[in-house]
Order: sequence, then structure tokens, then C-alpha cells
Amino acid sequence: MIHRYYNNGYYIVLDVNSGAVHVVDELAYEVIGLADEAYQPEEIVTKLKDRWPESDIREVLEDVEELKNQGVLFTEDTYKDKIIDFKKRSTVVKALCLHIAHDCNLACRYCFAEEGEYHGRRALMSYEVGKQALDFLIANSGSRRNLEVDFFGGEPLMNWQVVKDLVAYGRKQEKLHDKKFRFTLTTNGILLNDEVQEFVNKEMSNVVLSIDGRKEVNDKMRPFRNGHGSYDIIVPKFQKLADSRNQTNYYVRGTFTRNNLDFCEDVLHMADLGFKQVSVEPVVAAPEEPYAIREEDIPFICEQYDKLAAEMVKRHGKENDFNFFHFMIDLTGGPCVYKRLSGCGSGTEYLAVTPWGDLYPCHQFVGNEKFLMGNVWDGVKNGELRDEFKCCNVYAKEKCQKCFAKFYCSGGCAANSYNFHGNINDAYDIGCELQRKRVECAIMIKAATAEQGE
Amino acid sequence: MKHIQTLNTQILQNTVKKGGCGECQTSCQSACKTSCTVGNQTCEQHK
Repeated sequence: MIHRYYNNGYYIVLDVNSGAVHVVDELAYEVIGLADEAYQPEEIVTKLKDRWPESDIREVLEDVEELKNQGVLFTEDTYKDKIIDFKKRSTVVKALCLHIAHDCNLACRYCFAEEGEYHGRRALMSYEVGKQALDFLIANSGSRRNLEVDFFGGEPLMNWQVVKDLVAYGRKQEKLHDKKFRFTLTTNGILLNDEVQEFVNKEMSNVVLSIDGRKEVNDKMRPFRNGHGSYDIIVPKFQKLADSRNQTNYYVRGTFTRNNLDFCEDVLHMADLGFKQVSVEPVVAAPEEPYAIREEDIPFICEQYDKLAAEMVKRHGKENDFNFFHFMIDLTGGPCVYKRLSGCGSGTEYLAVTPWGDLYPCHQFVGNEKFLMGNVWDGVKNGELRDEFKCCNVYAKEKCQKCFAKFYCSGGCAANSYNFHGNINDAYDIGCELQRKRVECAIMIKAATAEQGE
Repeated sequence: MKHIQTLNTQILQNTVKKGGCGECQTSCQSACKTSCTVGNQTCEQHK
């Protein structure tokens, strides 16, 4: 299976099963397109010789044959049968999302936790529960050395002492069990100060700073409970933190909604505020919400991704260059095929922990009792649910079979699928469209920057 | 090749034998929380 597309002046051919990316000229683009439709070489020559010299056409045909023989063009999917039976594969727990607080000092309108209210049951995670969560992780991690713990919420800084105590506990346990913890903090920044910053820089491998972009955009969706905006307070704190980390190992992380479909402006706004690591993602919301993204918004959003990608090519190597998370792609390797088939690991390798120690497949499922998996004392009790998540992969999803983005997206977000289709083995269609566009843009940027001789 | 330039130095089939160590980051731990962007990750095998 191949995917051909034209973006920002580049003709690109992606060979889906090998992940090979070919940047081609217009002639090769046409030849490959016809070959993909099963035209034979002589037919292709006949079809194109009015527009191109026959010798050139034959040259391309030879190149195509050569690439086929090298296994980088028109390759078959050999993974489905070879990869071990998904149900039988052993999985370990390697990452936890700790809900350090089911409480928040903001009231973001799109919050998956009902504006931080968590259905009325507010709580802070105790040190004891957190400690047990880390013990559970270590005990169930098998031979994995790298273990990840994400301090999440609600707003984790509302329970900061527990975060610090858990990090200290984790560091002690690392030595005893030959493990390496990678801690991440996600925060809205309101309570960020020098003391927090110092600790974060010492102990957190990554820190995710929530901000949506331009002031009017951010303050509309991320207000305090009294309606006042948060932008003016968080921007200087975030700038200071980002600079103190030398503009790496952090992200400013925004969410765009129907209120700012022109989100390219928000990305560039944050880049122009000096942030070098930017991540902005479409909101996931029930379709009846006024800020939810609709199908008719897709063309405009795709134009925004194109605009952003073209701008990033322009800025490449210059002072105002920056990194956009969804355009990151590693053509020297990237994740192996096993990772690509297993996706985010939710419900198997990655679990969320509530302040009371309950386990859920990920933070998006927390609170939906049907997805309760167990707790940090007894472990995963609902083996059937774990198996369901274990078997969730691109080959189990009808819509993924013909999609060129399957090995980048890995079947997409299970929570999105569940919220829109009632089961985790479907795919959220709007999410799919945007994912495909992002992959195309990410590859185009590689093509463009390769040409610039990086 | 005059008309076709291949950008990658590694292809997926080559990862079948040596892959699967599981040391890589889970996607949600990074900057995305719902876009499941495995393709934006890197291999951590040698780190």
C-alpha cells in the first residue's frame, strides 16, 4: 500500500508497510500512481509519453522496480501473521498516570473532569496511596527498567508535598529494584513558583505546561471559577520555566476548539513568546458542546496544519525556529513495529490511578465505573477488560486496514473511539482525518528540510 | 536516483527481529493526551 500526496511544493510517496518515504518529481509521481492502479510498464509509457520523454519514463520505471526489490516500495504487510498472537503476549505495567488531585484551581470548559469538579467527589491522593501505586508499578513491571510516572490531576500542584514525597520514595526504590523512573508533571501553572521550578528541574524528565495560545483564546476556555482569565499569570511563569530548562524537555500544551479553528495563530503566538517546544491538539468533546469540532470544520483545520507546516519550513534553522510535537517524526528509526502495533498502551502497560487507588485504563476513563480495572493493592482484577485493551490494535479495527497512517497512529485513542462509537475497537473519524493530515505535514517538513541539507 | 529520493535510513521490517524491548515512552506521557501519536515517538532501546 502506498500513499501519494502533494504538499507545499513536494511530491511525496509513502510506502506504508516499510515506512519508507520517497520524495519524487512530477513524472515519478505519475508513474507510481499508475503502477499503483496496476497498469503495466508499457501501458504507463503509452499513457505518459505525450508529456514526458520516453527515456525518462523508462528510467523511472527502472527505479521503481529497483525500489520494489529493495523492499521500500509497494511492500506487503508481513506483520499481521508474523507478530505473535496478541492475546497471548505478556504485558507488564510500565507507566502510571497518578491523579494526585481530583481538584483544580481553574475551571477549564473542556475539562474531561467536568471543569475539575470530578462529578462532585473532590479529593487529594495521600502519600500512602501514592506509595502503594509506585510499589504496584515496580512489582508489575517485569524486566522493564524505564518506568514512567506522570503527576496529573486535576491540578497536581494543589497536592505538591505528596508529589515531592513520592519522587523521593521513587528514587530510593530505583536503587533497590534496578529501575529508572521518568517523572513528568502536567500543570496549569497557577501555583508555579521558584521552589516548584527548582524541584521540577531537578527531578522531572518532562513538564507539560497547559496554555491554549493567544490571551483571548486561552482565557475563554481556561478561566478561574470566577470567570477571570489565567493567561497573564501563567505566561511569565512558563517563560521562566522553559528558559530555565534551556528550552528543552518541556512542552507548552494547548487545546484548540471550535472557538479557535485558526489555531495556527495560537501555535505561532506561543512560538513568538519564545517557547521552542509546542504541542497543540484538537479538543475531544461530546458533539453537542458548542466548542466541539465538527466535520465541516475539517477542511479549514487541514489548511491550518498546512499553513503551520509551511511556516515551520521557513523558520527551519533560524532564530525563530521551534518544535511542534505532532510534526515530530523519526525517519532514522522511530518506534519499532511492536510499539506501532501496541499503540499508547492504555489498559495494559499504562494505567491511571485515582486518589483512592483505583485503576483505570487511562485518565479519560476515570470515573466510568464500567472501566474500573482494580486497585493498587489487589492489582488488575478485571482481566477480561485488560484483554480487551490488549487486543485493541490496528488489525482489530476495520477502518484502519486501508489507512496509510496506521503505523503512526496505531489505531488512535481508545477513549475517543469509546466516546463516539460506544466501543474501543472503532475509530473517531474526525480524529482520523486530522491525524492523516498531521502525518502528511510531518513528512513534508522532513522532505523540505532534507532538501535544505540538514 | 534522478527522479526519486528516499529519505529513510531504516525501515519497519528491520525492526521485527530486534524490536519489542518495551523501553519506549508511552504516548500519553508525552505532550499529547488524546492523539495517540506513537509515530512521533523515538526508540529508546539504547538509552
